[in-house]
Amino acid sequence: MLLRLEPRQFTSKRMQYASPLIAAVLTLIAGVILFSALGTNPMVALHTFFVRPLTSLYGVGEWALKATPLLLCAVGLSVGFRGNVWNIGAEGQLTMGAVCGGGIALAFWGDEGPWLLPLMLFAGILGGMAWGAIPSFLKNRFNANEILTSLMLSYVAIQILGYLVHGPWRDPEGFNFPQTRIFGDDGIMPVLIEGTRFHLGVPIALVFLVIVWVFMSWTFQGFKVQVAGQAPAAAAYAGYSRKRVVLLSFLISGGLAGLAGIAEVSGTITQLQPIISPGYGFAAIIVAFLGRLHPFGILLASLLMSLMYLGGEQLQIHLNLPLAVTGVFQGLLLFFVLGSDVLVRYRIRLVAQPKEA
Amino acid sequence: MDGFETTINILVGTIRAGTPLVFAALGELITEKAGVLNLGVEGMMLVGAVSGFIVTVLTGSPYLGILAAIAAGVLMALIFGGLTQFLLTNQVATGLALTIFGVGLSAFIGLNYIGTPIQGLQPIAIPGLSEIPVIGPLLFNHDFLIYLSIALLVLVSWFLYKTRAGLILRAVGESHDAAHAIGYSVVKIRLLAIMFGGGMGGLAGAYLSLVYTPQWAENMTAGRGWIALALVVFATWRPARVLIGAYLFGGITILSLHVQAAGDSVSSALSIIPNPVGEWILAVINSSHLLATLPYLATVVVLALISRDATKIRLNAPASLGRPFHPGA
Repeated sequence: MLLRLEPRQFTSKRMQYASPLIAAVLTLIAGVILFSALGTNPMVALHTFFVRPLTSLYGVGEWALKATPLLLCAVGLSVGFRGNVWNIGAEGQLTMGAVCGGGIALAFWGDEGPWLLPLMLFAGILGGMAWGAIPSFLKNRFNANEILTSLMLSYVAIQILGYLVHGPWRDPEGFNFPQTRIFGDDGIMPVLIEGTRFHLGVPIALVFLVIVWVFMSWTFQGFKVQVAGQAPAAAAYAGYSRKRVVLLSFLISGGLAGLAGIAEVSGTITQLQPIISPGYGFAAIIVAFLGRLHPFGILLASLLMSLMYLGGEQLQIHLNLPLAVTGVFQGLLLFFVLGSDVLVRYRIRLVAQPKEA
Repeated sequence: MDGFETTINILVGTIRAGTPLVFAALGELITEKAGVLNLGVEGMMLVGAVSGFIVTVLTGSPYLGILAAIAAGVLMALIFGGLTQFLLTNQVATGLALTIFGVGLSAFIGLNYIGTPIQGLQPIAIPGLSEIPVIGPLLFNHDFLIYLSIALLVLVSWFLYKTRAGLILRAVGESHDAAHAIGYSVVKIRLLAIMFGGGMGGLAGAYLSLVYTPQWAENMTAGRGWIALALVVFATWRPARVLIGAYLFGGITILSLHVQAAGDSVSSALSIIPNPVGEWILAVINSSHLLATLPYLATVVVLALISRDATKIRLNAPASLGRPFHPGA
């Protein structure tokens, strides 16, 4: 007997919803095995990982906060992924968004007004867009692989942030610590729920989620992106410009990543530091796939991924397990998501050993 | 230290900085020649680096460490191979997943080894030859992995272009349907190529953690896996050009370190350049952060220059690169 993959005539609707669940269950099983191997009671560990972070109002607020940058980056990336444009430099675009928006906050420090926050958000979006525009320009003009250029530019962006906070933008009263001044009150996202850090950035992210959903599902431009991804030949025959799809994908994903960056520094961190993201831009790639590249799927996936970050912290605090467990989990989850996707396009058949032909 | 000695030091440093890129890029080159795009090089390198380091600490032998690193790289590659070849997953996404997984896994298993000192792999001076001035230190006083990297380069070229097996591998990469029709097992050949890529990635990681900077630090590859991927494009899928590219990037890395160390003397030399350009250059030189961007920027620029001629890339790239193969389809 042999297992064989048979292509399905149509993609399976049922499996489209079932496969992320299968992946989540497999990740849980892997988690049980991993924790047992570490000599920790797996039930206690899983409880600490997935339930404990949400047992307080503050914890729920943190859950939404950590999901916000993931959501913004992943929704942006999903546009490109649907169009077969591979921006994997969201981390860099997020960083540049934080740099540009944070730069505005520092430039107007001590001389501010209610106009400051909108200006910062705008600058953050523009910064991310500009950083994302570079790989798309290099792709369109020079045919350079956007995966590699967007990733290389992430490293560059992180170093630029390091240069600024170690050098010209360092807090003059900060005892030489590599960080900028704390932004003024008008440069900080207002907290919406008392007793938590839940700030204005969360609803803003949801608004952008809906905008992207409308764009992808209901506009002609969004349709062109989808055709470019699913049937490149048809897109070319219809005369849809490939270059425009590339540029548009990068501007959208770069802008949203930039917004994620400025929302993170103006809402959660309130200053610029050498490290402003624990890899949200990279984790967002997992989130995008886990959410099946659909805005509402991505909403759920970002909540799950955010919970994994919080759970990792809880494991470290309460069970003394290394924070790196989160990274292992994230990788496993993505493997399982990709692997179980095969069920959407193929069915698995048990077949008798084929006769020698 | 006089200028002459500095020059030799820079050149030797260039070779050392370029060698991990040679390993990783040669491995990826074979993988891509078989038609598979594995973006997980960075992850395989990291897991190789940490495995090699731990085994070296535990056994005291860097040679066992190197073997462990290769084995770890192969295992990582098998995850990618299993997913892409049997479950037909998207190669780009799976490669990214492998990198994300490798970053997490290596940080996790290396946790207790951060800062552990080890005796790294020592250079082997070839008797007689290494005493020749200039050429001696440049060519004949290296650790054995550098000699191995050159040997592997020759071997890979010979394999690809002079052996029947190499021809079959390239055929699979150019047209998997045709290769399948003649009766070659596309999946098996691709798996072997992926495993080779993984072993070489692991070896590249071991070079970093056992020779280049004999220690373990989280994310110590710092994007070299991605630079190796860019090198394969830079080399237009030809082994010999991989070496040129790798040393070019090694040179940029080392030069930026030396410029920083030279500091003041460079600043005075730059005073002839009119402001503000002179000031900008000075700002870059005086910041370790901005200098660190140079290898990445160079990669971007070189990639753009090489890829500019789309026809050339299309003619040289394996025609089936990145396309999944399903025999029943």
